[in-house]
Amino acid sequence: MELQGAEALIKSLKNEGVEVVFGYPGGAVLTLYDALYKAQFPHVLTKHEQGAVHAADGYARATGKVGVCIATSGPGATNLITGIATAYMDSVPLVAITGQVGVCLIGKDSFQEADICGITTPISKHNYLVKKIEDLPRVIKEAFYIARTGRPGPVVIDIAKDVFAATLDYSYPDSVNLRGYRPTFGGDPASIDLVAEEIKKAQRPLLFVGGGVNISSMATDFRKLVKMTGMPVVSSLMGLGVIDGDAPEHLGMVGMHGTYSANMATVECDLLIGIGVRFDDRVTGSVEDFAPKAKIIHFDIDPAEINKNVRADLKVVGDLMWSLPLLFEKVANLGLDWSGHLEVWNRQLTAWKQEKPMTYQKRDGIIMPQEVIAKVSELAKDAIIVTDVGQHQMWAAQFYQFHGERTFLTSGGLGTMGYGLPAAIGAQVGLPRKPVIVFSGDGGIMMNCQEMATAADNGFPIKIIVMNNQVLGMVSQWQRLFYGERYSHTLIKGRTDFVKLAEAMGVTGMRVTNPEELEATLVAALETEGPVLVDIALPSDEDVLPMVPPGGCLDKMILGEC
Amino acid sequence: MKYTLAVLVENRPGVLTHISGLISRRAFNIESIAAGHSEEADTTRITIDVEVDGELELEQVVNQLSKLVDVIKIVNLTPVDHIERELAMIKVKASKVNRSDLVDIVEIFRAKIVDVNRETMVIELTGEETKIDALCEVLVDFGIIEIVRTGKIALSRGPLAAKEM
Repeated sequence: MELQGAEALIKSLKNEGVEVVFGYPGGAVLTLYDALYKAQFPHVLTKHEQGAVHAADGYARATGKVGVCIATSGPGATNLITGIATAYMDSVPLVAITGQVGVCLIGKDSFQEADICGITTPISKHNYLVKKIEDLPRVIKEAFYIARTGRPGPVVIDIAKDVFAATLDYSYPDSVNLRGYRPTFGGDPASIDLVAEEIKKAQRPLLFVGGGVNISSMATDFRKLVKMTGMPVVSSLMGLGVIDGDAPEHLGMVGMHGTYSANMATVECDLLIGIGVRFDDRVTGSVEDFAPKAKIIHFDIDPAEINKNVRADLKVVGDLMWSLPLLFEKVANLGLDWSGHLEVWNRQLTAWKQEKPMTYQKRDGIIMPQEVIAKVSELAKDAIIVTDVGQHQMWAAQFYQFHGERTFLTSGGLGTMGYGLPAAIGAQVGLPRKPVIVFSGDGGIMMNCQEMATAADNGFPIKIIVMNNQVLGMVSQWQRLFYGERYSHTLIKGRTDFVKLAEAMGVTGMRVTNPEELEATLVAALETEGPVLVDIALPSDEDVLPMVPPGGCLDKMILGEC
Repeated sequence: MKYTLAVLVENRPGVLTHISGLISRRAFNIESIAAGHSEEADTTRITIDVEVDGELELEQVVNQLSKLVDVIKIVNLTPVDHIERELAMIKVKASKVNRSDLVDIVEIFRAKIVDVNRETMVIELTGEETKIDALCEVLVDFGIIEIVRTGKIALSRGPLAAKEM
C-alpha cells in the first residue's frame, strides 16, 4: 500500500493500539498534523509541549499503556526534555515523536534545529533519528517494543521533516529483530528457593515494595504473599497503593519522610526483601547504615539495579510476573504454620506504631495540610491521586490511604515540579470515568498552570487542590532546619489569585480559609461537573515529619510533634 | 583495578553517542576507548579500558552498558588469555646531527620511520601501552612535536571469537 510518511506513522500508531496522542503542532510536523486532521486521529492539544509529555506520562502510569506525545523540532522538542527525564527516572513507557528539520538542513544550525537525539541520550531508554522513509515502520515497531517491554521507559523518535512527506510501499513488521535488546523475563528459579529458605529462617522479615510492582501490575500476587505469611510491608513512594494504606501489615512509606514504624523496622529487620525497588537515596539515607542487621534480597527486572546502590546478599533477576507467583508457590511449599510465626516481631512493630503514629498537631482556626489530605482520602476513596513535588507530595504519600495499583501518580525519581496538573489530564484521558484529583502547591501549580485551559477547553473534570502555604514549602523547610532560617527566595507572598486564574481559563474556582468550611468545600468541588480548582489557605511553617536528615541513618528521625 | 572489555555493538549511526553518553552520565572512569569494524559488516567492535574499584563496580559498568539497545555483547577479556596492542605515531625533531641516534632508538624499539624531512621524522610504533610510553619517554629529549595514539585494542588467544564467548 502506497502511503505518505505521515500516514504511515498514523497507521503504525493504530497498529500499536494507540488510542490518543498528546501534542503541539509546529513547522517540522505540519505534514504529520495534516495527516492527523485527515485521519481524525484523537489528539489532545495542550498549551505547552511540557504539558503534552507529562500528560502522555500520566496516561501511561494510569493505564499501563504506552503514552504518546508529539512536538515539533527545536524548541518544541526541547520543551519535552523535562518530561522525558521524568518518565525515564520512574520507568514510564512513553514514545515521544519529534519533528526534525529536513535531511539536507540537519547540522546547518537551521531554523528550529536542535540535536534531540544527542540531548535525550542520557535521559531516554533509546532514541532514533529517522532520515529515510524506509526505516520508519521498523523504527516505530522497535520504539513501542522497547518502551513497553522489560523495564519500561521513554523512547524518542526524531523524524526529519521530508520523511513525513515522502512515500513508501507500507507494510508493518510483525516482529522486531534487535540483537542487543533481549528483555529479561524468567530468571533462575533456584534463586527463589534460596529466598524461601531465608524467609523460613528469618525472625524479623520485612517486605519492601516499590514501583516495579505497580508497573508489572502484580499487586494481587503481592497481597496474596502478604496475606499468607503476615510479613510486614514498607513501601517506597512509588510502591504506594500496591498494598492498602490501612492494611494491618502495612507500616507505611519508608525513607526520608517515612513513618516511624517503617523506618525503625528497616533498621531492626533481619531480612529485607526489596521487590521492584531501586534503593534510592531518599529511601536509604546513609547507604552504610541501611538495614544494618538484615540480609538484603533484591528482586528486579533490571540486572543493573542489583548492587547499584545497596549491596544485595541475594538477587532475583527477572520480571515480577515470573518471580512473584513462583515466590508465593515456594513459600507456600515451606509448609510453615504462619499463625504466631512472627509474633515477637509483630509485637515490636505494633509498639512502634503506637509509640509514634502518623499524626499532626491541629491549630485553632487554621486548616492543616495533613487534614486536607486525610479529608480528601475519606471523601474520594477510589480516586486517582496525582501530585506535584514538595511538601504536599509527601503529605499525600503519608496521609492518603491508597487502595490499589496505579492510583498514585507522582514524579518520584526526578522530582519534577509542574508534573501534577498535566499528568492528571493524561490520567483523566486514559480513565474518563475515574475521579482524578491533583494535589499541588502554590509553587508547583504555577509551573504548568497554563494546562488548566487544556482541562477546561476539553471538559476534563479533574479536581485541582492547591495547598497554598505562600511558600516553596519543602525548600523553606530545609532552610528552617539546615540553613539558619534564611528563607532565600522561598517566601512567595504571591499576589496571584488562584480562583481568578482558574476562572479566567474556564475552570471553576473555589477558596477555603476556614477549617469549618473545609469539608463542605471539598464535597462541593468533587460534586461540581467539569474541572475545579480549590485554593486552600494553609500555614507557612508546617514541616513534613518525620524527617531523616539527608545522608543520615533511618532511625535518627526528626519527629517533632508528629 | 583496570579491566579490558570487548564490546560488540550495532554498526549504526548514533551508537557511539549512546555509549559515550552512558559513560559520562554514570561517571565511569574510562582510560581508553577504540572502535572499528569487525569481522561482520553490521557489527562494530569497541575495546574499552575501564578503571574501577573492584568486581562489583565492573559488574555495574557491564550491566549498564548491556542495557543499551545497540550493545550486542560484552566480553571481559581481563581474565582471558589475550593480546593487547596500540598504535602510535610520533612526530619528533630530527636534524642531521641526531637523526642516526633516532634510527638506533627506532631499531631498538622495533618501530618504523614512516616520514622524514629536513627537520622532523614520524615514527610509527605498535605494541602494548607501556612500550609506547617508554618510547615516548626516550623521544622527549629530542623534542616531540606531536603524538597520536589509537587507544588499546585487544583480542583473545585461541580459536574462540568474542561473539562466541
